[in-house]
Amino acid sequence: MLPMLAEAAAAAPVVHAIPLQWFLIVSVTLFAVGSAGVLARRNALTVLMSVEIMLNAVNLAFLAFAREWGNMHGHVVTFFVIAVAAAEAAIGLALILGIFRHKKSVNLDEMNALKN
Amino acid sequence: MFLASETAHAAAHVQGLLGPTIGEAHPADLLAWVILLPLIGAFINGVFGKKLSRGTVTTIGVGSVLLAFAFAAYEVIRLAGLPDGDYLVVKGWTWFDTHELNVGFSFMLDHLSAVMVLVVTGVGTLIHVFSTAYMRADEGYAKFFSYLNLFMFSMLILILGKNLVVLFVGWEGVGLCSYLLIGFWYKDMEKAEAGQKAFIANRVGDLAFLVATFILLFYTHGSVDFMSEGGVQSAVTHLQAVPDGGGDMTLLVICVLFFVAACGKSAQIPLYVWLPDAMAGPTPVSALIHAATMVTAGVYMMARMNPLFVASPTAMTIIAVIGGTTALFAATIALVQNDIKKVLAYSTVSQIGFMVLAIGVGNFTGAIFHLMTHAFFKACLFLGSGSVIHALHHEQDIRQMGGLRKKLPITNITFFVSCLAIAGIPFFAGFFSKDEILFNALTNEISGGGPNLYAGITGFIAAACTAFYMFRLYYLTFGGTYRGDQHVYDHAHEEVAMTFPLAVLGILAALGGFVGIPHLIHDAHLLEAWLSPNFGWLSAEAGGPIHYSHDMLAEVITIVVSVAIGVAGMLIARGMYNRSAELLPVAPVQASWHRVLTHKYYVDEFYDFVLVRPLRAVAQFSYKVIDVGIIDGIFVRGSAITVGLIGKGLRQLQNGDVQAYVTVLVVGLATALLFAA
Amino acid sequence: MGFVQIIFWLLAVGTIVTSALVVLPPGGRNPLYGALLLIVSFFFISGLYVLLFAHTMAILQILVYAGAIMVLFTFVIMLLNLSKKELGDETKTLAKGLGIVAVVAIGTKLIVMLQGQTLNLTAKPIPEGFGGVDAIADLLFHNYLVPFELTGLLLLVAVIGSVVLAKRTL
Repeated sequence: MLPMLAEAAAAAPVVHAIPLQWFLIVSVTLFAVGSAGVLARRNALTVLMSVEIMLNAVNLAFLAFAREWGNMHGHVVTFFVIAVAAAEAAIGLALILGIFRHKKSVNLDEMNALKN
Repeated sequence: MFLASETAHAAAHVQGLLGPTIGEAHPADLLAWVILLPLIGAFINGVFGKKLSRGTVTTIGVGSVLLAFAFAAYEVIRLAGLPDGDYLVVKGWTWFDTHELNVGFSFMLDHLSAVMVLVVTGVGTLIHVFSTAYMRADEGYAKFFSYLNLFMFSMLILILGKNLVVLFVGWEGVGLCSYLLIGFWYKDMEKAEAGQKAFIANRVGDLAFLVATFILLFYTHGSVDFMSEGGVQSAVTHLQAVPDGGGDMTLLVICVLFFVAACGKSAQIPLYVWLPDAMAGPTPVSALIHAATMVTAGVYMMARMNPLFVASPTAMTIIAVIGGTTALFAATIALVQNDIKKVLAYSTVSQIGFMVLAIGVGNFTGAIFHLMTHAFFKACLFLGSGSVIHALHHEQDIRQMGGLRKKLPITNITFFVSCLAIAGIPFFAGFFSKDEILFNALTNEISGGGPNLYAGITGFIAAACTAFYMFRLYYLTFGGTYRGDQHVYDHAHEEVAMTFPLAVLGILAALGGFVGIPHLIHDAHLLEAWLSPNFGWLSAEAGGPIHYSHDMLAEVITIVVSVAIGVAGMLIARGMYNRSAELLPVAPVQASWHRVLTHKYYVDEFYDFVLVRPLRAVAQFSYKVIDVGIIDGIFVRGSAITVGLIGKGLRQLQNGDVQAYVTVLVVGLATALLFAA
Repeated sequence: MGFVQIIFWLLAVGTIVTSALVVLPPGGRNPLYGALLLIVSFFFISGLYVLLFAHTMAILQILVYAGAIMVLFTFVIMLLNLSKKELGDETKTLAKGLGIVAVVAIGTKLIVMLQGQTLNLTAKPIPEGFGGVDAIADLLFHNYLVPFELTGLLLLVAVIGSVVLAKRTL
């Protein structure tokens, strides 16, 4: 399918089958969902997973634009985002483990030691 | 006007100006040392006094003034050799030099200041010597000498100042030292308050001085110098030149303001109230400051600016009237006082009243003459009283004294001589000076007006009272029999350090008058000749505004009457008080006139009611309402409380919940996005 | 609607629904369910990547994201072994409501913006080998070499950090 599409694209003024907007709308929606999770969930693990959702939304947007401009720079950024997400997830989980050991809970509402 | 222009230039110019003779200026190096030596003494004793030995403190304290006297004497002798009108100058630095006014910190010695400086340093030295014995037991010995030297320094600046500003520096300085010395035993609240009273009364005078100077500045040409072209002289000429007497009101105002300043310093009505209270200070202080020197500063200032005062006959009348009234007023109060120093204090007020009276009638020479003789006999009287007080262990009530003539012989004889002098008995010092004043009061005519009879009459009555109360004081103290504690009497004795100054002053009180022999004997008035460059221009013969009488008959009559009054007063007092204790007359304390006099005409109570209480109320209000309530409460603490409240409110946001923080961020972003795009 | 569009819609809806389920209850209630749902979501996203001709990234998404990161998540969730009591209750606060409202508002606004404009962008033609490993490698090791190395460093730090943080006793 891909070469087919590619040739067809090269011949005529480039109009993709799926317009850019659609991808961006999906990206925005995913991002909104992720943000809602970050703000509203109480469980630390759920919050971390919501962060991953947000990162994915961002990746989607980058790749959509990469297709739009016809170069691979967006791909490279996405590559780095994934790498960083991995690192961040690892550290975040380690922290949650440590906190759980100490406080016997992962409830964010209880973690207000920085109060006042 | 720069000092450099002062030389032949000034001399030639001033001949055209009607005023004192001003000749050439000559530099004088030692004169600067006359002023600086007391300052150095004050500094050393003040800063290092506690660590130095008594002997060192004494040497520095007395030595500095003694040396100053020696140098002053040398310079005066040098001055005497110069032609009339010439004067010695110490050119200091330029203090400030603006477009309109040039004031240099310079000093001068002319014939008038020569008299003053010899009196001040001479009598000052004697009093310093006296203090070595009187203050021996005091732990503030070094501090005392430091203050005394500081006072000498300020007084010398005052009398040697070459312009009004430098004079004012000294003026303020003596006021300060007076405060320091009166309240010397500051631990006693009453004494500290006396010092405060002196300073405040002085301050009123200082304010008047400043205002007068400022008004004067409008009419001077570039300086307030006494000797230069653009100075005080030029202001007078300027104002006199205004047509139709337009400048008369201004002249009157300036003169009256300067006179008020003199009243503050020289303790005349209405600002005399501080002087009797000032007796709370140690007796040498009373002798030096409140008899011989500081209180004469006002008289000196008016004599120095005689062209100004003479230009306003109305002012002269006011001065004479107040002088005469004060002389009489204070003399009556002195009649009933029982504290030895209080009698002398009121006597001082009265005698300065004489000096002021003399100035008011245009007899400037007489005023300075009386200033000089008064310094001698009053200092002698005060030191004598100090000797008595010291001998009787700080007893000051004359009702507890008596019969001291055998115990304190030298004090006795010098006190007696001084009483003769002050009463005007011939041929002691006071006789010559007082008679000159009385004669002039009755006969002088200023600018065509008549003689000031009020001044003359009050002067005579005051003289009568003077003789009486002084001899009452003498006989109650030294005559009759002793009325106090026998134990104290047995231990009474004199000290050499005290008797030596007393002796010197006694001799001066006896013989000091011979420099001013009246005109009955031709050309014998040495002082008048000496002061002619300053005051000679005033007489009608020289073209001046004052007509001095040469009526020999009137002069003889004046002399005879005043001597009669003096002798009568002395004999009455002797008759009443030179008795043993049981035979002494009882003071009529029930009589209303007696009560009024004892309460000093209730003047202090009046001032308290009219001035002190309202001021205290204002101060209380300012403190309680404005300072504590408004400024402190509303602004200082109020702002702190407000900030605290805001902080408390904002602190609610910090609840430690990270999600909440992020929520705030997102909400902000949403708001921005919604409203922006 | 062409074949591609239909696939797109299926994948898009799937992504959004599964992601929403991670945040909302069942996923919110039990993080294990959430993790599993997230993995499914990643698969859908990977499909979307393919539609974007980003083949390498699609594979990497599954290999790394779903395969490594989510596995790690699952390990930790199982390690924690949260009981019902430890999971606790969800509290409803004003802040949370406000947050959700704000987020929805932003999302709506952006979507409206995107709908409204035609995004005057003329797409560029897609070159040969777009989305392939060679192309990525080319860019990665030429233009983005330094970030690449730094990312390696970052991963090293992450490894060490997580080992240290998760120790029983420091």
